[in-house]
Amino acid sequence: MVRALRKSFGHHLVLDGVDLDVPEGTVYALLGPNGSGKTTMVRILSTLLPADAGQVRVAGHDVADEPDQVRAAIGVTGQFSAVDQMLTGEENLVLMADLYHLGRAEGRRRAAALLDRFDLADAAKKPAAVYSGGMRRRLDLAMTLVGEPRLIFLDEPTAGLDPRSRRTMWEIIRELVGRGVTIFLTTQYLEEADQLAGRIAVLDHGKIVAAGTPDELKRLIPGGHHPSLDDVFFALTDEGRS
Amino acid sequence: MSSLSLALRDSATMLRRDLRHAQRFPMMTASGILVPVIFLLLFAGVFGRALSAGLGVRPGGYVDYLTPGILVMTAGFAAESTAVTVNTDFRLGIIDRFRTMPIARTSVLTGTVAGSVIRTMLSGVFVVAVALALGFRSAAGPAAWIAAAGMFAALAFALTWLTVALGLFAKTPAGANSLALLVAILPFVSSAFVPTGTMPAGVRWFAQNEPFTPVIGTLRGLLTGGVIGNSAVAAVAWCAGIALAGYLWARVLYDRGPAAAPAVAA
Repeated sequence: MVRALRKSFGHHLVLDGVDLDVPEGTVYALLGPNGSGKTTMVRILSTLLPADAGQVRVAGHDVADEPDQVRAAIGVTGQFSAVDQMLTGEENLVLMADLYHLGRAEGRRRAAALLDRFDLADAAKKPAAVYSGGMRRRLDLAMTLVGEPRLIFLDEPTAGLDPRSRRTMWEIIRELVGRGVTIFLTTQYLEEADQLAGRIAVLDHGKIVAAGTPDELKRLIPGGHHPSLDDVFFALTDEGRS
Repeated sequence: MSSLSLALRDSATMLRRDLRHAQRFPMMTASGILVPVIFLLLFAGVFGRALSAGLGVRPGGYVDYLTPGILVMTAGFAAESTAVTVNTDFRLGIIDRFRTMPIARTSVLTGTVAGSVIRTMLSGVFVVAVALALGFRSAAGPAAWIAAAGMFAALAFALTWLTVALGLFAKTPAGANSLALLVAILPFVSSAFVPTGTMPAGVRWFAQNEPFTPVIGTLRGLLTGGVIGNSAVAAVAWCAGIALAGYLWARVLYDRGPAAAPAVAA
């Protein structure tokens, strides 16, 4: 839950009074063009950046007052690879297990299960530096899942991936939602939001310009018989005006 | 578990990560040893006789004077490589991941420092072995050697906290290297190579009052005999002060996060 969130860097106002409510157990997509403030939003929600103004509660805890309780509930996979490239895939997962204090046997068991589930078992003993983009992103998400978070932030989870890796990521995300995990996803791909999300908010120049289910958003366009989300996106953001 | 034991556990995990990095990429540690060893060879092997004569010690005796200074230099250059490693490591996404996890906040810093101190101690052992091969002879007993190792560890600990902060502060690995190099070359203007009494007045004042000189004085007193005097107290005070300042600075920089130094795009 986010109320009247503001953030600026110097004189540059990045988030200008954002309000959001993300229901538990759903996929919520924050859709917006490059530079609209999506990543800043995720960084604030995941306790990486302090907000300038407004109230932010994540998993029932205020991010400013109880960051550790928030951190215990969330997992984050950012758009920049958050794996340790010098360690192998398996070592990366065991590192996470150690930091979650899972114990040796349980940590190894969970690492092995995740390697299997993310189709990384063959590459388990190779350093992450030699992984392909898709493999690295899968390892990244697998590391996020070691702690079994209730809420997962995915900042542009498929940016830069080939279509096949993108499909694989979508399947994984759907499977997670099936297990009751809440997902907050940012994307600049309309199709991705349409495919995955139950609710979408469109962010442009630091403001939410529209929010609702994909169908509700499509109805916002007057006159169109079967508007796609692309039409909505272009109608609502600068992309369309320029 | 108490928060202290959790912090220790997370730091131990981070130390394992750091040691594994060092094992995968030994060049960083090796390059830290290379410079002091070259200086040891150069000063003992090339300038040794002239400097022995200048100091009025037996021919070849200069290596006894030199070795404590080279040890201090070893700690300096090891700390320099830490600054570069930290700068490279901390601009990677994995650090942001740690910052979003419910772990002891500074464990990644303490793990790095612990790993670096262990590497510096090993470098010190290597440098002493080279010095012994070059004719360094010590009359020190086991207690004095242990005290010298403790002094060396204290210096390594202090310099590492300082260079971890420098590594976090610098915007690029090259910048981190340059800043830490200033620390690593400070032993040149100290009693490491020649007694401060032989220097011109202004330089002498600096050399006598800079932190490396009492550390070298203490090591020299322990390893080759001679008066330690106030050096030990001054050395420990300098190390404690530098370690504390470096720790506090590093914490502030780490808490502030990449807001100060934006994370690079992958």
